[in-house]
This record gives sequence, structure tokens and C-alpha cells, in this order.
Amino acid sequence: MKTVAFLGNPNVGKTTLFNRFTGLRHTTGNYPGVTVEKVTGSAKLSSGEAIQILDLPGSYSLEPKSPDETVVRDVLGGVQKGTRKPDLAVVILDANNFERNLYLALQVIDTGIPVLAVLNMWDAVEESGKKINLERLQNLLGVSCVKTVAHRKQGILELKAEVEKMLAGTHDGSENFHFASLTIEDRYKKIEAIAAEVIQYPKNEVTTVSDHIDSFLTHPFWGWVVFISLMALIFQSIFTWAAPFMDLISAGVENVGRFCAAVLPDGQLESLVVDGIVAGVGNVIVFLPQIFLLFFFIALFEDFGYMARAAFVLDRVMKKVGLNGKAFLPLLSSFACAIPGIMATRTISDRKDRLATILVAPLMSCSARLPVYALMIGAFIPARQVLGFLSLKAVTLLAMYFLSIFAGLGMATLFRKTLLKGKVTPFLLELPPYRIPRLRTVFMMMWMRGREFLINAGSIIFVISIVLWFLVSYPKNDHLNLKYQNFRNEATVTLKEESLAKRLDQIDKLQSGDQLRSSYAGKLGLFIEPVIKPLGFDWKIGIGLISSFAAREVLVSTLAIIYNVGEGANETSVDLIGSLRAERDPVTGKQIYTPLVAISLMVFFVLACQCMATVAIVKRETNSWRWPIFMFTYMTVLAWVGSFVVYQGGKLWGFS
Amino acid sequence: MEKLTLSDLKITESALIESLEGEGEMTHRLKELGLVQGTKVTVKRFAPFGDPMEIHVRGYNLSLRKEDAAMISVRKV
Repeated sequence: MKTVAFLGNPNVGKTTLFNRFTGLRHTTGNYPGVTVEKVTGSAKLSSGEAIQILDLPGSYSLEPKSPDETVVRDVLGGVQKGTRKPDLAVVILDANNFERNLYLALQVIDTGIPVLAVLNMWDAVEESGKKINLERLQNLLGVSCVKTVAHRKQGILELKAEVEKMLAGTHDGSENFHFASLTIEDRYKKIEAIAAEVIQYPKNEVTTVSDHIDSFLTHPFWGWVVFISLMALIFQSIFTWAAPFMDLISAGVENVGRFCAAVLPDGQLESLVVDGIVAGVGNVIVFLPQIFLLFFFIALFEDFGYMARAAFVLDRVMKKVGLNGKAFLPLLSSFACAIPGIMATRTISDRKDRLATILVAPLMSCSARLPVYALMIGAFIPARQVLGFLSLKAVTLLAMYFLSIFAGLGMATLFRKTLLKGKVTPFLLELPPYRIPRLRTVFMMMWMRGREFLINAGSIIFVISIVLWFLVSYPKNDHLNLKYQNFRNEATVTLKEESLAKRLDQIDKLQSGDQLRSSYAGKLGLFIEPVIKPLGFDWKIGIGLISSFAAREVLVSTLAIIYNVGEGANETSVDLIGSLRAERDPVTGKQIYTPLVAISLMVFFVLACQCMATVAIVKRETNSWRWPIFMFTYMTVLAWVGSFVVYQGGKLWGFS
Repeated sequence: MEKLTLSDLKITESALIESLEGEGEMTHRLKELGLVQGTKVTVKRFAPFGDPMEIHVRGYNLSLRKEDAAMISVRKV
């Protein structure tokens, strides 16, 4: 199948053009061995022949300065593993940004591959009052030129026709360029000569709308106001707009579970499917609305052009911890959910920079931690005032967020000084003109990223869900089951209707609790108890730590089961809170859960990697298990140390 | 006479590039982006705190850190 490569500078509308050209027929993956995204699409020629289109990463030059650019060079050279050398290179230029774009175009022409030049964003040229002589350009370059306005679907058909013509024809190549031996200065002299012949400038220069917007958005004061307001808006919307969808999904998952329970015969298979797979996968799926919403915002700001400005404004701050200005969005997104955040690190081209960002992203306190905070703060932090007007509960919550930021920035600095040592990466960023975001492009980006997450993380989540289910459901204890069946039989005989229903419900809860506590997870909890005792935790909390690896908020439902309250309870459940408060150490008789223990547990959750979905996505983004395992390990150690310091320190100070 | 560099320019000032210091990757990339001898650049703005800076060159806007801009010698126009 013939292969056509789309390439060009970043921000020229290459992806929009690619989408128009291929419709929705494309797939994403990775180029083998590197963490560069490979986007492949297909199209049909009028002859009916199918061709493959590659959307190559945006690049400024074929002399690469990043993994992305290396891939472009290798694909054109026919040496990229797993990718055919393209039969045609479609070089997309921003018609309004002629000279710099032409630099890459001439390099591509020099390679000898047949080239078709596309001048996209032609509408901006007309608006600026410039005139570009396309025919003259064709003669000078020696290649066919087509003009398009990709986001308005103009020029697509002409482009398709030209692509077809070139694939069918024989290529004698352009005789006009042999660049490689020239200095960059001389290449630009040639480019300036071409531009002079081909472009006619208007009499008066126009101050662009973009400029006016920029003066406002990067203003020392207003720029910050806008930035903070936008971030607040994103977070507000994530929590409010996503909530109804999350409830819908939650209900949907429950219905699926009920359906499976009804359809499958009672027994182990049913339990595996309902409690293991449906519940386990459901725990992650319930966050999809948030994840999709974040992808939407990220794509929206990128398309609008705000992303570059934010990186511009924040670079100086990020530089201090050894990170790139482009790390701010991944880290910020991680305050809602680290999944989109980690996927957003693709814009960071330096490998070490990117890794450092990925490794600290999960430390940003995500929304799944909130139920844990809510439960602990609700149950154990007294409703007191601090400084006369601040609530102690609110202060505690805020403290967790500050700890999270502090830990994240601290670890980033540490990593950049040791493991991922390197100079702070150069900061060179084009600030493209603002443009009205194209909702179609934005939604498509959102959909593609969301789908990617599901597919890539899905299988790992699936497997780990089953493992965790196994740990909490086995070994089956016949002795136990018999005991509770006897209780049930007794109840059916002695009680009626409402009191019978209540008693049966209670028996169910007691049995679940007993089962969990005697399961492998329970045994593991007992096993790790000596290690977590210095943190103020007992073995039952240990079970919670193990099961919440599935997803942080699972801690709440696990604790509910352990304390016989039933897994339906959530963090506001009075029963659950009551049980926690009543829990006593069997040996000393002292309270297990004290405010200090609650804080220690929260600190643990701030710092630990209790999220299989995160591990899965890191594996995918770094193409190996080394980094996710390292991340999980360092975070667990960090969490242990953090809780230790808090608990033991607190005890020393006289708290209990 | 003290050499004037890109990082010395103020907002709205324009200059022609005289030379770029160094042979490293950054310098190479700056040239590939069109910042070569004789190119006209105009300073557009600075980020809060004064760094990085944004310049207008060959029809587009580029932001770079002042420490890198200091490697580019210019002549005011």
C-alpha cells in the first residue's frame, strides 16, 4: 500500500488537514523503541486504491533536536523501523509564516522524495492583505503547490487530486535544490530571494488581533488573573460538570453488575465477574468524565493558542525546580487526575525533563483522594476554629494540598539533581497567533486521547482487578459460611418481614467483614502490620492499603466492609464513621483511630501511588515497566516516611 | 564599545543580528529558526518577572530565555 507522509512545522494545521483528509479513519500507536506517537490514517483514491497516510510529528528541521524530529528524519530516510519509506511527502506550510516554514520544505525536497507543498491557512494570508504568487512559487521550487484552508474544508479536494496525480506519475524530482552543503545563512538567503519574488506585501502593516489579546493575556498583572481564573474554572467544571456523568456511570456499572449476577449462576464465576471485573474496572471507569473533560480543556487551550502563552509565563517558576515551562499543564491537570496529566507530557521533548514530570505528577493531590480526606477529616478532625475564623477541617484539607505540591516540587528538584541529572533544557517556543478553537478538532483530540487511555490502561487494570479480587475473596472458608448460614436459618424462623430483612442485611455485612478479614488480603494485612504499626496503622488499615491500589477511593468501601458496615457506605456514612470511632485495639483497649492516625493515613495517601491506572499509563508512556515500578516504589517509601514522621513526631509532641 | 545583545533590547526596539555566540545545539537551532546574520528582530514583550522574552522575527513570534538571547549580538536600527 502506497504511503504518504504529512509533515511540517508545529502549529501549521497539519493535524486538522490530516483529519480532513482521512476522516475518522486513523489509529495511534508508538514508533517502536521510542516514546514518539505514531499516527496512521487511510484514504481512498478515486481509483478505489487505498493509501496509507502518516501524520508525522511537527518539526522545524531534518537535523533533529528531539526524539520527534529524529523520527521524522528517519521516516523520510526509510530507516525508521516498522515504517515504509513514504512514496510522497506532503509538506504543509503556514502560508503566513513563509520563510521559516520554507526551511524545512527545502530540506525535504533535497532528500529526493517526491514533494507536494501545501500552503495552509490561506485565509490568514488574504486577511493580512498579502498576495502570494503560487505559480511562480511552483516554478521556483520545482514542486506542485496547493493552497488550503484546512479548518474550513477548502482545498481538500484539490489536494486529494494532486496527491493522486503525484502517486500515479513518475517522479523526476526537483532539480532546483541541493541544500545540504550550504550554510544555514546561505539557505536563508535563498529563501529570502524566493519570498521576495513570490510575496507582495500590503501598503500598511496591520496590528493583529492576536497582538492585542497577547498584551492582555501575558500582562504582568492581568495575565496572572486570567491564568488563575482559568485554572479555577477548569477545576470547578471538573467537579461540577463531571459529577452527574460520574453518577450515571456509577449507576450503570451497578446495573451491569446486577445483570451479570442475575444471569450467571451463583458461585465463583459470578463473583469473579461481578465483584472482580465489573467492580474493579468500574472503579476506574467512573473517573472517565473527569478524564475526558480534562482532555477537552487541554485540547481547547492548545487549539486556541493559550498553552504556549502559559508555558511562556510559567517558565521562570518551573525552571527553579528543574522543570520545563511545558510541565505546568501536566502537573496542573494531575490535580484532577494524573492520567491526562501524564499523557500531556508528550509535549515535553527532552526525555529526562519528561520523565521527571511523569514521576512527580501522581504526587499532585488528585480527586480520588478526596473521599479519603473527607472520611478522615469528617470523622476525626474536631470542628474547631483556628485563628478565630478558619475551620480546622478546612485548614487540614488545605495542608494536604500544600504537602502535595511541596512533595512534588521537592522530588522534581531531587530527581533533576540525581537520577535524571541534566542541565535545565533550553526554552525555545513559538507563540502562534491565537485562533478561534475548532470544536471539531478539539472533540476529536479529546476522543482520541480518551480512547487511548481506555485501550492502553484497560488491559492492565483488568488484570490487576482480578488479582485484587482474588486476594479479598479467597480462601473460601466453609466453616465461616456454615456459621452464617445457620444465622440466616435462625433468623428466617424467628423473625418476620421488616426485622427479618434488617437481620439478613446485618448478617450479610458481618459475613463480608469476616470473609475479608480472613482472606489473603487479610493475611497480607497481618503480614505487613509490623511495618505499618509505626505509622499508627493496624492490620485492618493494612487491608485497606492493599485494596486501594485499585483506586484510592476504594479505601472507603474497603473499610466499610472490614468494619461490617457494608460496602455501600461512602465517606459520609454515619455508620462507617461511628464504627471507625468505636474501633479499639484488642490488646490495649485504646482507640485505633485518633486524629493523629487520621492525619497519618491522609499523609500516606497524599504521597503513595495507590492507583493501578496510573501505573498502567506510565508503563505505556515510557514503553517499559522500569519506570512505573520505580515510581510505585519511591512513592510507597516516601509515603511510609511521611506517615512515620507525622505519627511519631506527633506522639513525641504529646498528641496520641 | 560594549557589545549590544538581544537581551539588552527593550520592548518595541528593533535590531539586526550581527552574530551568534557558540557552536552548540541552541545556536544551531536558533539559526535554523531564521535568526542569522542580518535578520531583523523586534522585541514584543517580557514574561512576568522579566524572563523569558518574546521577539518577532521573519513573520512569527518566538520566546526565548534572556540568557540565550544574550548570545546574540545585535545592532540597533
